[in-house]
Amino acid sequence: MSALDKDIATYNFAYLDEQTKRMIRRAILKGIAIPGYQVPFASREMPMPYGWGTGGVQVTAAIIGPDDVLKVIDQGADDTTNAVSIRNFFRKVASVETTTETARATIIQTRHRIPELPLTAGQTLVYQVPIPEPLRFLEPRETETRKMHALEEYGLMHVKLYEDIARHGRIATTYAYPVKVEGRYVMDPSPTPKFDNPKMHMSAALQLFGAGREKRIYAIPPFTEVVSLDFEDHPFEVQTFDKPCALCAAENVYLDEVILDDRGGRMFVCSDTDHCEKRQAEGHRGELAGEIA
Amino acid sequence: MVLAEHITGGFGDPVFNAQSVFRSVMGAIARPGTVSPVASLAGPPAPLSPTAAAIALTLCDQDTPVWLDASLRGSEAVASWIGFHTGAPLAHTPADAHFALVADPASLMALENFAQGTQEYPDRSTTLVFQVASLTAGETLFFEGPGIERVATLAPTPLPRHFIEQWKQNRARFPRGVDLILAAGDGIACLPRSTRIRASEA
Repeated sequence: MSALDKDIATYNFAYLDEQTKRMIRRAILKGIAIPGYQVPFASREMPMPYGWGTGGVQVTAAIIGPDDVLKVIDQGADDTTNAVSIRNFFRKVASVETTTETARATIIQTRHRIPELPLTAGQTLVYQVPIPEPLRFLEPRETETRKMHALEEYGLMHVKLYEDIARHGRIATTYAYPVKVEGRYVMDPSPTPKFDNPKMHMSAALQLFGAGREKRIYAIPPFTEVVSLDFEDHPFEVQTFDKPCALCAAENVYLDEVILDDRGGRMFVCSDTDHCEKRQAEGHRGELAGEIA
Repeated sequence: MVLAEHITGGFGDPVFNAQSVFRSVMGAIARPGTVSPVASLAGPPAPLSPTAAAIALTLCDQDTPVWLDASLRGSEAVASWIGFHTGAPLAHTPADAHFALVADPASLMALENFAQGTQEYPDRSTTLVFQVASLTAGETLFFEGPGIERVATLAPTPLPRHFIEQWKQNRARFPRGVDLILAAGDGIACLPRSTRIRASEA
C-alpha cells in the first residue's frame, strides 16, 4: 500500500462522512427492527456506477471497523472484477484486512449468492440489491406498492406465481424468488438463485440489504423465519443438478455452466469459488479436475 | 451560561468510538435479549449516563429531534451537552421525537405517546433509550421473535409501569411501534418492536 492510500484511510475512514454514516446506521437499525420492510435512506453518490453495488458498499462502509475482515463475492466468485474492485476499495479507504475465506470473514458483501458454508453468529452478510421492491414489475407506482405493503395485500404476487404455473406448468421464477419474512413483509431476496433462499431461513448471521439507486435498506435479523412463497400443490423447490462439480465433485451446491469450446463442450463447476478451492485442497477431485488445472 | 461540563466529555476518537458503539447497538438489536458490552467512552453531565450519552453521540445529529424525560430536562447541562456534541434539536413533544432519552424509566409516560410511525412508513417512529441500573437484577422477562433462536431472557430494572402489558400493545401495533435500547453501565440490550414478550419460560 502506498503512503497516499494509507492517508486516505486515516483522513476519512471508510469513505463516507460521519453524518452519512449516522443516517445509514439509523436506517439499518430500523430495518432490523422491522424485518423485511424497506427503509428509505438518503443514498449517496459513490465512486462507482449504479448497478455496481453502491447500496451494498454504503452499508458496508457504515458498519465496518478496523477489526473487521471483509470478503466480497460476485456470483459466488472472489476473483471477478466487481469483487476485486470493492475489496481493493475497502483496503484503500478503511485499511481493513480482506480475505477470500468464508469462515474468516466478519463482513461478507455479496451480489447474488450466499456462500455454501453455513454462516455463523459473528458474521454479517451485506447484499447488493438492484430492485428492492418485489412488487415493482407488477405495479410500477411506488405509492401503490407502499400501500400494498402497508395493508399486507400480496395477492398480486400470488397471481404472478399462478400465471407461471398456468403458462409453464411450474413456478418458473428461478432468481429473486419472493419470500415472506416473519409472516409479514414480502421481500425481494435480491437476484440470488432460488437455490439460496432456504439459507436465509433461520440463518445465524445478520443479513443486510442495500439498494443504492433505489435508496432502500432492509434487513433480516438472525434466526428469522424466511418462507419462499408457493402453493400447496406446487411447493417451493430449489434447482437440482444432474452432475456434481467438475472440479471438486461437490453435490448439493449451486453450479455455474462454463462453455469449453465451440462444439458444445461444457462443464458445471461450483459457483462458490472458495468452497470449490477448499474441497480441492482437501483432495476432492471432479471428473475434469486434471484436464483444466 | 456555558460551563466546561457542557463541552467536555465527548468521544475521544469520534469516528472509531461511534463505529464501535454502533456495532454494539446493531448486535444487540439483531439479537434481542443479548447484552452487548460497551466501553465507557463518553463523560456527560449527570443525570445522563455515559452509556446513553455514547448512544446519543453515535446516532443523533441535526436530523433527529431528541426528547428528554423530566429528570434530564431538569438539567440545563444535559440539554446543552447534547446540543453541543450532536447538534440535535430538542423535541417539544414525544410524538415529534426520533430519539427519546429516559433517565428515569419508572416514571415514564405510556409508550403509545411516542411516534409510532405510520402503516406506510413504520420507520418514522421513536427509538427510546432507557437508562437502567441493571440488566440482570430485575424481574426476569422472557422474549421470542426475530433474532432469538428459542427464548431470550433479560431482567432489566427499572422499567416503566405495566411494562409487560405496554410491550404487548406495542407488539400488537406491528409494524408500527417503538424500539427500545436499554443502556446499563456496562452493556446495551435492545428490544425491537418485533420482539414478543412471554409470561414464562414455558
